[in-house]
Amino acid sequence: MDWTRILTNVAGEFFAPTTAAYALAAIGLNIHFGLTGLLNMGQAGFMLLGAYGFAIATIAGWPLWAAVLIAIAAATIFALILGIPTLKLRGDYLAIVTIAAAEIVRLVGRSTALTELTGASSGLRGNQYKDTFQDASPFDDGTWALGPFEYAVNASNSWWIRIVGWLVVALACLLVWLLIRSPWGRVLKGIREDEDAVRSLGKNVYSYKMQALVLGGVIGSLAGILYVLPRAVQPDSMGRSMTFFIWTILLLGGAATVFGPVLGSIIFWAVLAVVKLTLRDVVPTTILRSEQIEQFGWIIVGVALMVLIIFRPQGILGDKKELAINAH
Amino acid sequence: MRSAVLDPGGTTTPPLARRIAALLLLALTSVTLLLVATPARAQGPVASATAACVADAATGCIVGTLRTAAGEPVVGAVVNVTGPTGELTATSDATGRWSVAVTEAGEYEVTLDVATIPAGETLRDPGNNPRTVAVGLGASQAALFPLGAPAGGGGGDTDDEPSDSPTTDTEGGAAVPETPGSTGSGVTAARVAQLTVNGLVFGTLLALASVGLSLIYGTTGLSNFAHGEQVSLGGILAYVGTQVVGLPLIPSAIIAVALGAATGWLQDAGLWKPLRRRGVGMIQQMIVTIGLSMAISYVFQFFFGAGPLRIVTDTPTSVSIGPVRITTTTLWSLAIAAIVLGGVAFFLLGTRAGRATRAVADNPALAAASGISVNGMIRIVWTLGAGLAALGGVLIGLYFGATSWYSGGALLLLMFAAVTLGGLGAAFGALAGSIVIGLVVELSSLWIPTDMRYASALVILILVLLVRPQGILGRATRVG
Repeated sequence: MDWTRILTNVAGEFFAPTTAAYALAAIGLNIHFGLTGLLNMGQAGFMLLGAYGFAIATIAGWPLWAAVLIAIAAATIFALILGIPTLKLRGDYLAIVTIAAAEIVRLVGRSTALTELTGASSGLRGNQYKDTFQDASPFDDGTWALGPFEYAVNASNSWWIRIVGWLVVALACLLVWLLIRSPWGRVLKGIREDEDAVRSLGKNVYSYKMQALVLGGVIGSLAGILYVLPRAVQPDSMGRSMTFFIWTILLLGGAATVFGPVLGSIIFWAVLAVVKLTLRDVVPTTILRSEQIEQFGWIIVGVALMVLIIFRPQGILGDKKELAINAH
Repeated sequence: MRSAVLDPGGTTTPPLARRIAALLLLALTSVTLLLVATPARAQGPVASATAACVADAATGCIVGTLRTAAGEPVVGAVVNVTGPTGELTATSDATGRWSVAVTEAGEYEVTLDVATIPAGETLRDPGNNPRTVAVGLGASQAALFPLGAPAGGGGGDTDDEPSDSPTTDTEGGAAVPETPGSTGSGVTAARVAQLTVNGLVFGTLLALASVGLSLIYGTTGLSNFAHGEQVSLGGILAYVGTQVVGLPLIPSAIIAVALGAATGWLQDAGLWKPLRRRGVGMIQQMIVTIGLSMAISYVFQFFFGAGPLRIVTDTPTSVSIGPVRITTTTLWSLAIAAIVLGGVAFFLLGTRAGRATRAVADNPALAAASGISVNGMIRIVWTLGAGLAALGGVLIGLYFGATSWYSGGALLLLMFAAVTLGGLGAAFGALAGSIVIGLVVELSSLWIPTDMRYASALVILILVLLVRPQGILGRATRVG
């Protein structure tokens, strides 16, 4: 068994673009759930909308900044549409509506009726929309190697996407840190703990919840862009399971904390990589086929989510007293 | 625990803001519907979904539909696929569709076994068999084998052809799943009749699955996201009974339902009752169901693969009633579903245990004080709900021609839509809601593409929450 290779691959997961994208999506969900107590079960829908918005605008010839703005606008509108009917209702209604809305986005996106726009179920290929992002790189083309990690500087799964991705994650962490300490963040936390008390203080709870939903959704849409830049926009890979992975990441790292989502994402992808790579090396393919190893990994994720929420709902970094999950 | 669920926490809505919100959403929905309706193509008269390969992050699909030169679906044709995932085989179902799930991206060689297509049929382009297709994970790739008289020269379709282009799905060609051959044109009385019947059948079968979801919500307040897997479980157990063990259909269906009910009993005994005793909150329990749903669905995929599992392999015979075609299996399923749903209604209304169940749903504390064993009733509800879901899974698997690891998961949101529409927790509401959802799903394909029709049900769900959050039959209590 080749431990060096496995460890190198696992260490590569620590700063992979996918890890950054999931961390960012979990930061968005943290604003929904960790700060405000909103049960958003459709974070993948925000990501998919962001990805579609960015990719379609870029393919239409829009510059990078405009395409990102389109993604942000799409997520904002989506959040408003979701929030208007549900933010006044009980938490589990929001859960059902968001999961349904995310599914609508996916079903509409993969429909053959929109093939020209979204590429239907085969999606949009990465090199149709990657160029503006790659051209924005200040570095020369080539490959850089840092120890065992060697990636292209600008193309596809590159150092450039890693730098930008983790920079955005760092900025989002800073934002959450500032928000938690701000008067605005205190109102959100108040809503999470006791909505009626906040309302009795004269705050417009509905409006605060809506702002949180929009902000977290916008961060989700940026995560969606980050997620699809090194690959393709494929609606079926951004469905319900993706939302559930983001939830696992958030609960693993610790909801209502600044670095919980980042730590959660790193651990999530590293552990998955360890499990899969080890199984692939140890177990002969006659016993476990490669797709079964993949599925085994997801079974572990499901069980981990159950165990986490029962025994340690505050996650690794969280404080149990801080987060009363059942406030609503 | 009921009071914790109905924790009031909403403001009374200013009517003006509410009306504006309603208008906004309606406008948006209608714009969306208009947008998607324009390029909508008329669908064939029998438009039923296939619980076939579902592409996701770890799965890619190779799919196709086989039709004879006359446009009839080819049933039971064998397609072999070889490539990075290994050697796979698919059989076309009652609508001529086949699909293969692959777990590694790459080039696959697809071969249609010409010995299995009906006598007298030939490939229009024999040079295209076998053919090579490139598949990515999370995507569906069509591999089409048009039947008919051999065409001189380029009669074959290219791999990259858009799957809905008009040339591929007419004249005895083939179409990819979810867009069955376009033979109908617009809204005709016969089509409306066929789709209405389809909708009623689908709604009734959906009701079997949703009643359990609603009962569990009613008595415990839990939104069970793992209920879809109970439905898949029924279908998969029936598949194991008929195809692996070799039992006839009816005994294996009965065993599947019994085992399904047993899993409900076990789940409550081993998981939910201890959680309730620990005082784990509803939201936490809901997230537990999400983890459970993920774990179970991948366990199914682990053991049975991602492909469709056919419970019965022989072609169902169908009868025509006026303009409507319906298979005899479906008629039997409908009868069974009606009898079972009637039985559930009798149980809830006419027996002591049923009354006790409704008492627990109404007010658990008062029910406990009246000497009703709340935990005992919840146990009955879990067992009953899981059994009904398993029966629903078997019948839905028969109706769609195949079951799969995802057949219940795909229906989960429709079940939630049905249950919410009928009023969360109201068992008869779930029945009414399911029928409405079934009709909406089938009839919406008159105007929007077939592959978007599940979305229409979900739009209805959101609209209902906007206008009447307590559902059609729910009591007008505050839910916010």
